[in-house]
Amino acid sequence: MNRIGNLLMQASLWLAAFVSVFPFYWMVVGASNTAVDITGGKITYGSELLVNIGKFFALPNIPRIFANSFLVAIVGTVLTLTVTSLAGYGFEIFRSKTRDKVFGGLLLLLSVPFAALIVPLFMMFSRAGLMNSYVGIMLPGIAAIFMIFYFRQNTKAFPHELRDAALLDGLKEWQVFLYIYVPVMRSTYAAAMIIVFMTNWNSYLWPLMVVQKNEMKTITLQVASLASAYTPDYGLIMIANVLATLPTILVFFLLQRRFVEGMLGSVK
Amino acid sequence: MASSIISRENRAGWVFVAPALALLGVFMVYPIFWSLWMSFQTGKGMNFKFGGFGNMIRLTKDPVLHHALSNTLIFLVVQVPVMIVLALLFAVALNNPRLRGRSVLRTAIFLPCVTSLVAYSVLFKSMFATDGVVNDTLIMLHIINTPIGWMIEPFWAKVLIILAITWRWTGYNMVFYLAALQNIDPAIYEAARIDGVPAWARFLKITVPMLKPVILFTTVLSTIGTLQLFDEVNTITASAGAGGNPADATLTLSLYIYNLLFKYVPSYGYAATVSWLIVIMVALLSWIQFQFAKER
Repeated sequence: MNRIGNLLMQASLWLAAFVSVFPFYWMVVGASNTAVDITGGKITYGSELLVNIGKFFALPNIPRIFANSFLVAIVGTVLTLTVTSLAGYGFEIFRSKTRDKVFGGLLLLLSVPFAALIVPLFMMFSRAGLMNSYVGIMLPGIAAIFMIFYFRQNTKAFPHELRDAALLDGLKEWQVFLYIYVPVMRSTYAAAMIIVFMTNWNSYLWPLMVVQKNEMKTITLQVASLASAYTPDYGLIMIANVLATLPTILVFFLLQRRFVEGMLGSVK
Repeated sequence: MASSIISRENRAGWVFVAPALALLGVFMVYPIFWSLWMSFQTGKGMNFKFGGFGNMIRLTKDPVLHHALSNTLIFLVVQVPVMIVLALLFAVALNNPRLRGRSVLRTAIFLPCVTSLVAYSVLFKSMFATDGVVNDTLIMLHIINTPIGWMIEPFWAKVLIILAITWRWTGYNMVFYLAALQNIDPAIYEAARIDGVPAWARFLKITVPMLKPVILFTTVLSTIGTLQLFDEVNTITASAGAGGNPADATLTLSLYIYNLLFKYVPSYGYAATVSWLIVIMVALLSWIQFQFAKER
């Protein structure tokens, strides 16, 4: 009985793994097929790869759209890491009753869904003339509460003696942060970087609201708009999808251990 | 002397947290109050007038909203438990050090969560086409005789959305459980095994109670996520095109808010009211889940 159970368990795990990976295979193979073949269920490599690539790069503003995605994701990540690590450090190193209460308030804010903010944010940004701008796309996501929480949790492991010694040596508070905290916590930063980069790269609902001009689109918006066509050209979409997913897959495989650590660091 | 150090430290503390607090104030706290105020305003476009509880009354009489609400709740009640249980079972199975290929299996099951919601939605849309690879496979395996209209029939459209979300998030939740399992002392299992406690009882009586905090955390996160479901339904079924009308069968609250803002003449006040419905549901369900976890 036990051996049958064991076998069954192993079989279901491999089935789950197959189901998890198949769509990736499907995406890559699909990039070499025509739309008709794809919706017809063809699962073998086809001859349309170059045609699909050609069609994709013939779309307006493709290089610009990739540049937009990289710019928004990278600059947004740098800003988020800066702002949230400063806050996490501030909340943990300089404890005070008032700030602890403010921090408790932040955790409460964490449970407010983005949907509740969409309407006023949209009106605010359209009045401020921030539609179709990089600033408009990035601004609402910079002070990510989850990340403030993450940095505060991780700062608990930062040795306070380092700061005390540096202050005795005459360093100012901002110098302690920049020259001691940041280098010591670099693996914390690395994990946070991966998560924030992926979130920014994959972000959809807010960019969809702020961006109306084609040349300001991100690659995620481009994939979505190709997919919402009345008769979607799936071969073309698969190429777009492969290119849109490649950066996050690369980041995942290059930094897999850090990625998982980073995800878990915030719940410890 | 001592008090000047304290006040200097206190000032430094505020300086460090100031940028984050300023941004959150402008882009979160202020919009929250604004949207509260707006939910008492009526009018189309940018013409507002005070409407009292008009929007709340409209909520109770709006058949489209009731549709969106019941769809969202169906997704929540079916999908979240299925996913949590699957993730738990995978985590426990993969935690067995004698299992062969466990790092390959773990990576494979985790992989879906690197995809963007839009990217994977498009993949599902193409795989579940009526003549598509999924129907072909099911027919080949003699599970069904005629193709299922995944994007045509309301019932199957819902099933498709649930399958898609489960594919994307099960591995994500599994990783949290795997990490928590590391903290359980293997000696507890050993003792239970020696006492003759069967595997299923070890799972229910040891694993689940020990993982309760993590299960609660992931359940709350998943609940919040599902109540805000947007990207998948907007990509997979909202624009499915010819034949049938699965868009109605998978309309969610977030998608309805989006439609109120962008598809029709914008009605900001009412959209804000619908968004507060989501906030209240998140608060209520999180509270219930916390109570439930405390009791057991």
